[in-house]
Amino acid sequence: MLSGGDMLIRALKDEGVEVVFGYPGGAALHIYDAIFRQKDVKHILVRHEQAATHAADGYARATGKVGTVLVTSGPGATNAITGIATAYMDSIPMVVISGQVQSHLIGEDAFQETDMVGISRPIVKHSFLIKHPSEIAETVKKAYYIAATGRPGPVVIDVPKDMTHPANLFAYEYPDKVKLRSYSPATRGHAGQIKKAVQLLLAAKRPVIYAGGGVVQGNASGLLRDLVNMLNAPCTNTLMGLGAYPGTDKRFVGMLGMHGTYEANMTMHHSDVILAVGARFDDRVTNAVSKFCPNAKIIHIDIDPASISKTVVADVPIVGSVESVLTDMIALIKESNEKPDAEAIKQWWQQIDEWRERHGIYHKTRYDTSSDLIKPQDVIKAIWEVTKGDAYVTSDVGQHQMFAAQYYLFDKPRRWINSGGLGTMGFGLPAAMGVQMADREATVVCVTGEGSIQMCIQELSCCTQYHLPVKIICLNNQALGMVRQWQDMQYSGRYAESLYEDSLPDFVKLAEAYGHVGMRVTKKEDLKAKLAECFAMKDRVVFMDIMVDQSEHVYPMQIATQSMRDMLVSKTERV
Amino acid sequence: MRRIISVLVENAPGALSRVVGLFSQRGYNIESLTVAPTEDQTLSRLTLTTLGDDHKIEQITKHLNKLIDVVKLVDLTEGAHIERELMLIKVKASGAQRAEVKRCVDIFRGQIVDVTSTLYTIQITGASDKLDAFLEAVGDASIIEVVRTGVCGISRGEKVLSL
Ligand SMILES: Cc1ncc(C[n+]2csc(CCOP(=O)(O)OP(=O)(O)O)c2C)c(N)n1
Ligand SMILES: [Mg+2]
Repeated sequence: MLSGGDMLIRALKDEGVEVVFGYPGGAALHIYDAIFRQKDVKHILVRHEQAATHAADGYARATGKVGTVLVTSGPGATNAITGIATAYMDSIPMVVISGQVQSHLIGEDAFQETDMVGISRPIVKHSFLIKHPSEIAETVKKAYYIAATGRPGPVVIDVPKDMTHPANLFAYEYPDKVKLRSYSPATRGHAGQIKKAVQLLLAAKRPVIYAGGGVVQGNASGLLRDLVNMLNAPCTNTLMGLGAYPGTDKRFVGMLGMHGTYEANMTMHHSDVILAVGARFDDRVTNAVSKFCPNAKIIHIDIDPASISKTVVADVPIVGSVESVLTDMIALIKESNEKPDAEAIKQWWQQIDEWRERHGIYHKTRYDTSSDLIKPQDVIKAIWEVTKGDAYVTSDVGQHQMFAAQYYLFDKPRRWINSGGLGTMGFGLPAAMGVQMADREATVVCVTGEGSIQMCIQELSCCTQYHLPVKIICLNNQALGMVRQWQDMQYSGRYAESLYEDSLPDFVKLAEAYGHVGMRVTKKEDLKAKLAECFAMKDRVVFMDIMVDQSEHVYPMQIATQSMRDMLVSKTERV
Repeated sequence: MRRIISVLVENAPGALSRVVGLFSQRGYNIESLTVAPTEDQTLSRLTLTTLGDDHKIEQITKHLNKLIDVVKLVDLTEGAHIERELMLIKVKASGAQRAEVKRCVDIFRGQIVDVTSTLYTIQITGASDKLDAFLEAVGDASIIEVVRTGVCGISRGEKVLSL
């Protein structure tokens, strides 16, 4: 016989949960006491509940496991909302347990009462309110199952305090299986559709494979690679999909979309068959839907039927897990003995190589390196070199994020961890903590800006407490750079509230105040040596404040309301 | 186009708000909504009418299906179906108007369910357009109060929506 609080933690253990990111408070105290009296489930005390959700999110992205969050009612719950929305937008498996006021007080505006199920409703995959302690074990089982399967997402369990009262004991049994009559995520794709897709791909003269976060989440990177090789087709990844296909491979044409490479966007625009896998034709990818890839037939594989034909209509929709559908496709191609049209594909590659030559960012340096200022792009390239391209890189949101996405070439999935869908500033540092918790030996880098880092900077303290030696690389352009870029381009340089007027803290001293190493780089020639020094300090948190060229913009940049191929490739060149 | 979507949802707290929330969150409109328990204690049946082109309706049904509390649904307008709505209406009825209104009620096969010296309370059932037609026939000037249940519907013939 166990109390509700003990059952909850026991259920987490039985579910295989290793670590919970959280923050205590009144309504959660019975649960916290249960945590205190056991050793199996570790708890990480963050400094703000938003960070708990981002840390659990980073943990989930790096491992593929479900991230777990525990917060108290009211402000604890509302502080968690941004992180839940972040996870929801990027389909990250997460379970958020929130304390709630005692059930008889619900609806009475009790102290620290907030309708968590209501507030979180539009940003969760599902949510539960515990009505009786005997429901706890089964609810936990269901929550983890729902969070992890199908198109993953966050699930909230709201637990009124009286449900966890230590004096009330109940029989505990953790179920092996869940019964959910109304939930059966799609698995295998339709055989007929898969056949059509294969025929279309084999007949294509200008195919392209457009792979998104679903390939990473669906653990299908190996299969994607096989398929790309068999077809000898170019592959582009979305912001969420980076690492799904090896970034340094010759068939990779870079990220696509708003800040995608010239060659990726041109390849998409001129293709005759697009295979979209685990991607959702986001508006930051397609540019104007009406002008999107006019000559392409579209095959769309996704586990979520609602993602198919939502914005761009698919000619061959395939609902199923990316892994199973790609397996079937590869088997079918092998069986058929048919080969892609070698001559056409060769010409296609010639065309792509021409594009690469013309404006590709990997063939030549396209930004001006003549000044003495440190270029943000060069910082990312230097990080790549010093980490041998094998670090976990989390990022915040802004120009630095786009530079990291463009210039750190990810060869493995689950290495690039960023808030793609919601674009949450403040994500980077706590996400890096979550990654480091998942792999204590790994090199974890947080690429951030001086704006974003201040949104969760308090977590430097959490890093101290749990010895999480993440490396924070701040591309300090002394501005909300991405905002400023738009103001340069669309508002004649009127920098409305994107500058701080000398109010930035001394990040070196700040890092030191938390017990970490702070370093500042102001000279171009020091960059590589300082980075090497930073990464050599394996067991220290290092905050590198790198002063970069303020005037740099992210290019290419698609021109709004136009097609995929309409881009600015520099401040003065429109293509 | 107007659609009638019938949905079986878990008879669980919050299930209705998830459905309604989905519509407001994604900018779909709800023309009418009815919900009540079914013969199966664990299920409620919800009927909603909405407007949208095929693409929008496809998205609506897909998103509804994604809700964990939604067990099954059908777009009744895809096949032959029966649609009913009930309306209670208070109408001015004094002097010469009394007979006039009564005649109108008979034509529409309604019933007068309550009377005072100056007004009738009328009950009418039927498809929504019939109810609309009745309101038009009586005329705005005579109408004092209207309440409608919203549409409920069921497929014709052998087709059923059940588990
Ligand atoms: C929480 C939040 N608020 C506002 C924004 C809008 N926004 C996007 S990028 C950006 C500037 C980020 O500045 P910084 O972190 O310094 O990065 P930079 O662009 O300078 O590299 C802002 C304000 C956001 N994405 N997230
Ligand atoms: Mg900045």
